[in-house]
Amino acid sequence: MQTNILFFELALTFYAISTVAGAIEIFRKKKATSRAALYLAITGFAFHTINIIIRFYEGGHIPVTTMHESASFFSWCLLILFFFHDFRYKLGLLSSFIMPIVFLLMFSSAAFPREVNESIGPMLQSYWFGIHVIFAFLGDAAFAMAAGIGMMYLLQERHLKSKKLDGIFQKLPNLQVLDEINYHLITLGFPLLTLAMITGVMWANSAWGSYWRWDPKEVWSLITWLIYALVLHLRITIGWRGKKAAILSIVGFAIVIFAFFGVTLLLEGQHTFKAF
Amino acid sequence: MNIVVIGLNHKTAAIEVREKVAFDGPKLQEAINILKDSDTIRESIILSTCNRVEIYAGVNSGEDGVENIKQFLSDFHKVPRDLLDTALYIHEGKEAIRHMYRVAASLDSMIVGEPQILGQLKDAFDAAMTNKTTGMYLNKLMRKSVSVAKRVRTETKIAESAVSISFAAVELAKKIFDDLSTKSFMLMGAGEMAELAAKNLINTGVRDVYITNRTIARAEELANEFHGRVVPFENFTDELLHTDIVICSTGAPHYVLSPDQVTKAMKARKQKQMFIIDISVPRNVDPAINDIDNVYLYDVDNLKGIVDINVKERSKEAEKAECIVDQEIGAYVKWTESLSATPTILAIREKAEAIRQEELEKVLRKLGPIEESTINAIQQLSTSIVNKLIHPPTAALKSEQEDRDLMVDMAKRLFKLEIEENNGKK
Repeated sequence: MQTNILFFELALTFYAISTVAGAIEIFRKKKATSRAALYLAITGFAFHTINIIIRFYEGGHIPVTTMHESASFFSWCLLILFFFHDFRYKLGLLSSFIMPIVFLLMFSSAAFPREVNESIGPMLQSYWFGIHVIFAFLGDAAFAMAAGIGMMYLLQERHLKSKKLDGIFQKLPNLQVLDEINYHLITLGFPLLTLAMITGVMWANSAWGSYWRWDPKEVWSLITWLIYALVLHLRITIGWRGKKAAILSIVGFAIVIFAFFGVTLLLEGQHTFKAF
Repeated sequence: MNIVVIGLNHKTAAIEVREKVAFDGPKLQEAINILKDSDTIRESIILSTCNRVEIYAGVNSGEDGVENIKQFLSDFHKVPRDLLDTALYIHEGKEAIRHMYRVAASLDSMIVGEPQILGQLKDAFDAAMTNKTTGMYLNKLMRKSVSVAKRVRTETKIAESAVSISFAAVELAKKIFDDLSTKSFMLMGAGEMAELAAKNLINTGVRDVYITNRTIARAEELANEFHGRVVPFENFTDELLHTDIVICSTGAPHYVLSPDQVTKAMKARKQKQMFIIDISVPRNVDPAINDIDNVYLYDVDNLKGIVDINVKERSKEAEKAECIVDQEIGAYVKWTESLSATPTILAIREKAEAIRQEELEKVLRKLGPIEESTINAIQQLSTSIVNKLIHPPTAALKSEQEDRDLMVDMAKRLFKLEIEENNGKK
């Protein structure tokens, strides 16, 4: 087994255990929340980082040129955001809602061929590409976090409305903080997505000689961008916050995921890495 | 005399039923008058709070006092009997005493240990006293209950962790809002209950406090106490726009806050979360408001959820308190037993006999040596005087008259009898 694959498997395993620990945390009777899921995630993240560094050296470029690498890099970005928010806000049960997303991304990454892409085309060598993917994945990670937090909001909201004030209700953070973080993640994700699209357009120009070609990936990115633009607009103008904002952030993320996997797998386009 | 409690509380009746049978405002006086005129009910206290409506009564044993009270509740509030009967509990004798102790000590409260109930019970008693509907039995039971409540409070930690409705409201507010010190709070209604409920919330340091009430004077009083601002009742809806938390306890018999008003306010505040607590019974806030997005409406029953969690943690202290209650039941029962005629008659006889003997000895000593027959004559004289004197009172005590208990008590005081009466501490 290649060294980088070994580290990938280790990371995946730790994420799986962390996800299980997070799920147990939800159903545990005790009031105090344990940090086990977080520490497991950090360990997994260390292995994951080693995997990415190895692939970077072996391939000579940011390892996001295959589906395997992209999904893995996506979850790696999500973890960075997760750690940051967990340390900063100490939100109860955050790991229980974010780690499943991390795990699923990693799990799908595992399903794709894992070869390091050594013969990359000239278009991937453009420095626009590097900037483009970093913006794109950080933006997607912010939307993933927003969806996870949105889910927490919906659960907590349902408990408060139906007056079931036990178990998970006691552990989940308050509504306002969830709503605010959801908002701030979207205000983070949206400019990142915008920048990703601008740099993507620059990259497209330098690689293919035209800025916009109505390629399915481009179209779906535009749809994603419009959705989040709408989320922000509705919030600022008529106060679509709380439940509606939470639902929209989950819908938005579903589109992100479709743009990420669906478009690549189901529709043809130059982002389809098979083409490289 | 038989002591009974007939009532319903948050455990047996939902708020929809409780608000129907609540004796609020002028209804209380009316009810007191009706019960006072009843032939079968000799003593009565009406306790009516958000969480319970109870009638404590002394009825003659063997009569249908209990039935009459039930029927009275049904007639007075126009609530069908079958609905009422499912919610009502009836305690008699020892269990009635236990119940009153437990209510006074806040062991039966929705929020165990909350201190308001004792005050409410005292108020109920005052109303009864003013209208002279209580007698010796309930007076004594009331005094006992207050002392039991005090014992429970000092000897257990129940009150220490006592969480009132207000506390539960604060807990909930913290699950909705991140930082209460940036939130505004409106108190609707300025009654004692409103005041108590608002206290904890205001102590958490909310930014602004608005107080609105139909009578401005009372609102101003509270505004002074809480460093708040008075909002005229006619335009409180304007302030809803800036209000994050509302506690409503106006005592109005109808809804004072409608979904329309709240929907409008929510639009104006761009859907920022609003938390409304309705502690009034009957409810003052239309329950439909809970369906509005980002608005969370809780009535007293809903606060149970939070409360139940705290109750568990305090079960140990509650056990201690139940022990105190058990001990004190004995004391009251002993006192009532001392009211039965036989020991009193016996005591009167003993006392009379003791006096006779004492006086006889004195007289015999003074007279010096005298004939046996003279001694016998004096003996007879004293005996017959004593017997004739105590015959009417003892005969009256033996008779099965309605006010016999009262006479027993009187007799004990008139003759300065000290029948063993173990009152716990005193």
